[in-house]
Amino acid sequence: MANESSLLSLEGISKDFYGNVVLEDVTFTVGRGEIIGLVGENGAGKTTLMRILFGMPVIAETGGFKGRIMLDGKQVAFTSPFDALDAGIGMVHQEFSLIPGFTATENITLNRESMKRNVACDIFGERMSVLDRARMRTRAAKAISRLGVKLDPDILVSEMPVGHKQFTEIAREIDRSNVKLLVLDEPTAVLTETEAEVLIQSMRMLAAQGISIIFISHRLHEIINVADKIVVLRDGKAVKSVPVKGVSVHDIATWMVGREVKGSSSMLSACSEKVFLKVDNLWVDMPGETVRNVSFDVCEGEIFGIGGLAGQGKLGIPNGLMGLFPAGGNASLDDSPVPLNDPHKVLNNHMAFVSEDRRGVGLLLDETLEWNVAFTAMQAKGEHLIPVLGGLFKLRNERTMKLLAEEYIKTLEIKCTGPKQRAKELSGGNQQKICLAKAFALKPKLLFVSEPTRGIDVGAKAIVLETLRRYNKEYGMTIVMVSSELEELRSICHRIAIVDEGRIAGILPPTAEIAEFGLLMSGEKTGKNGDAA
Amino acid sequence: MNRIKAFITDFGWPRIIIAIFLLALFISAPFVGVKLDASFTDVFNRFGQNVIMVLALVPMVQAGCGLNFGLPLGILSGLLGSTMAMQFGLTGPMGFLVAILITIFFGSIFGLGYGKLLNKVKGEEMTIAMYVGFSAVMLFSILWLLLPYTKPDLVMGYAGEGLRRSISLEKYWDKILNNFLALRIGSVRNLAGNLSGGFIFPTGLMMFVAACVVFMWFFLRTKTGTAMTAVGSNPDFARASGVSVEKMRTTSVVVSTIIGGIGILVYQQSFGFVQVYDAPLYMAFPAVSALLIGGASVTKASMLNVVIGTLLFQGMLTMTPSVINSVLKTDMSEVIRIIVSNGMIIYALTRKTKVTK
Ligand SMILES: Nc1ncnc2c1ncn2[C@@H]1O[C@H](COP(=O)(O)OP(=O)(O)OP(=O)(O)O)[C@@H](O)[C@H]1O
Ligand SMILES: [Mg+2]
Repeated sequence: MANESSLLSLEGISKDFYGNVVLEDVTFTVGRGEIIGLVGENGAGKTTLMRILFGMPVIAETGGFKGRIMLDGKQVAFTSPFDALDAGIGMVHQEFSLIPGFTATENITLNRESMKRNVACDIFGERMSVLDRARMRTRAAKAISRLGVKLDPDILVSEMPVGHKQFTEIAREIDRSNVKLLVLDEPTAVLTETEAEVLIQSMRMLAAQGISIIFISHRLHEIINVADKIVVLRDGKAVKSVPVKGVSVHDIATWMVGREVKGSSSMLSACSEKVFLKVDNLWVDMPGETVRNVSFDVCEGEIFGIGGLAGQGKLGIPNGLMGLFPAGGNASLDDSPVPLNDPHKVLNNHMAFVSEDRRGVGLLLDETLEWNVAFTAMQAKGEHLIPVLGGLFKLRNERTMKLLAEEYIKTLEIKCTGPKQRAKELSGGNQQKICLAKAFALKPKLLFVSEPTRGIDVGAKAIVLETLRRYNKEYGMTIVMVSSELEELRSICHRIAIVDEGRIAGILPPTAEIAEFGLLMSGEKTGKNGDAA
Repeated sequence: MNRIKAFITDFGWPRIIIAIFLLALFISAPFVGVKLDASFTDVFNRFGQNVIMVLALVPMVQAGCGLNFGLPLGILSGLLGSTMAMQFGLTGPMGFLVAILITIFFGSIFGLGYGKLLNKVKGEEMTIAMYVGFSAVMLFSILWLLLPYTKPDLVMGYAGEGLRRSISLEKYWDKILNNFLALRIGSVRNLAGNLSGGFIFPTGLMMFVAACVVFMWFFLRTKTGTAMTAVGSNPDFARASGVSVEKMRTTSVVVSTIIGGIGILVYQQSFGFVQVYDAPLYMAFPAVSALLIGGASVTKASMLNVVIGTLLFQGMLTMTPSVINSVLKTDMSEVIRIIVSNGMIIYALTRKTKVTK
């Protein structure tokens, strides 16, 4: 529903990072109350474009940009995000920017707290007014309810599951009274499909109130579902800018990559009947993802999926088994017990883990790609070391580290300037691939992957799933995959367990009806805990 | 052109400005009557004298424990080392060696306790470290009086007990490194027949320094050193890779404390005196400012930062007062020293550090 006069227009935006061109002459307009779906491959420059719009300091620090930004017909040049906020632009970043030790309410109303005046104000001025907590809470509750989600305004951010963090961030942006334009950089990446659906509803509501939205997502069906117009970035150029009517997911994917994309083959390898991983009465104390009592078996060579809504405990299972959070119960791998609460022993026990918390646990942001890929293998298995003085010292072998990184940069098609680039400079999706490379480098017999395709584009997603499948087939690697995307689980897994309230609600074959999964997720029906493979 | 630009951004404007200023001081020195050869000798001596204490800061920075404001703790173990070796009556190379061994012993013990403490105050390391340093120095001020030292060279003459404020190393290992294979260039024989003036290159000292720097370089490249750096970069990542975060942090503190102790031993032999009581109190500050001037941040430091920083910082400290004193004809050296060194800490700590979390 674009109005005649557009709210925002970007004209000829170009940007390079020290000669590495990431945006080239990007031009498009955003109408009032219009939802723009901004899509593109990993590293196409979506986040960078939004950072320019939002006046993020990193842009000025790396040499500024070229082009004009017109807001309400006037040229603007924000020197800091505060200017952008004042001008009515709200942004939800790809990576969280919440204060962990504050509650949802405090985060939502941060810097715009409701104040109560008191006597001291008359003498010393407004700075002496105190927080009006009751009003802040109602404001937060209102913002949350506008999103149509259930979320306790008093819960600490550090104790929230990721999905809730995302809603808190969005609630913070819409709590502003003057917001005209909302930028959402992959807000749904951390959400399950149901949660994403809720978010899409709220986006429609906001748009109806006249707020324009730029929505970035790699889930193309969401884009088609909610956007009015689609802008496709390919290698930093805006290659398409079309109304969404009549466009299919396939069309967008083709524009993004610039060539035909094939659907990935869904041939599963046969897996043996032999039980490889056996988990009995596992509990895990992971904040926001508590596992209460979980038992399941995974066969050798199987790809076992774990799904469920955010906060129900699906993420707790791999985190607990890998020793990252306090856990109890019994687990055995190939008939020998898995040591719980000891990350080092677990890694030595041929197990590896790709964490869902990419920036928190997954990466050494300030170090090179070489380090990121090789570090775990070095520490856990003593690889990439050169013994000197008869093994008295072991020095790191930068040559093999480089080779290793180069190998994975090639096989996973990681977009970077080379193995010496720092991890923080990669785009979100490419960072995800580095996390996978790190785990593959351990050559584990059992691999846990948690949200492996979060934030990566269709092409890369196919590559990642294909790689998982290939490792499964060629090396007989058993894989336990935790994901919020049911479709993804159904496309790759032999069996899928659904976790609800810290317990396994049921295990289904991928061919089961979607409705059946839905029932298990909503806790309506608890299936038999038997195996359906 | 681009390469020059890249070099400047890499090296940093502050360092370039300081280096140019230093160069200007050297150029103007002869005109205000300051002898260049003596100045160079001074700069080299002070560089060697201080650089190991700067080096001592590196492991803790890398492990994410921040700048070791608790360096006095390491210095105290060094003081124990030298005073005990003297008490045992050991002199020359033997004495120096035993002093080092004793320093390593006490450094390990102090470092372990200090490391355990710092593990309990993650995020507040630098503040706590400062207090640890201050309290330890004060505690030892009492101990220096009480410990049963008896050697007349060590104890206070009139009381016969309690250490002197500053103890001469003359009969022990004064300048043992500085004089080892020292090169004299352009010296002249004076009337008494002794060599004087000219530039003296402290070969032994530089060799020892080089050995320490190489040791640290190696250490940071070992499996442990690599793990330590990762702990500093992202403790959660390190833990998920099977590294014990607490152990790595403690190791870094122990290594830092021991090297700090060895640093003061080197300082003493060059300075000629062992200074006890409150002397170690402010020792951490010049070291910290040198490291920061060298371009290190609170979370990343390299050997290059150490060497360049110490050279620039000690160069400034040597040259500024002597040139300015000659110009103003008053003795301002102490005031200038304090302004320069603390000013640099403030500057460096407020400087934006390139850290991502
Ligand atoms: N600070 C930086 N320094 C150097 N290069 C950078 C920096 N930030 C981003 N880049 C590069 O710019 C390119 C575009 O990155 P950007 O984050 O905009 O991609 P994106 O489209 O958001 O991708 P994704 O879907 O993976 O999030 C990437 O190749 C990335 O490596
Ligand atoms: Mg992005």
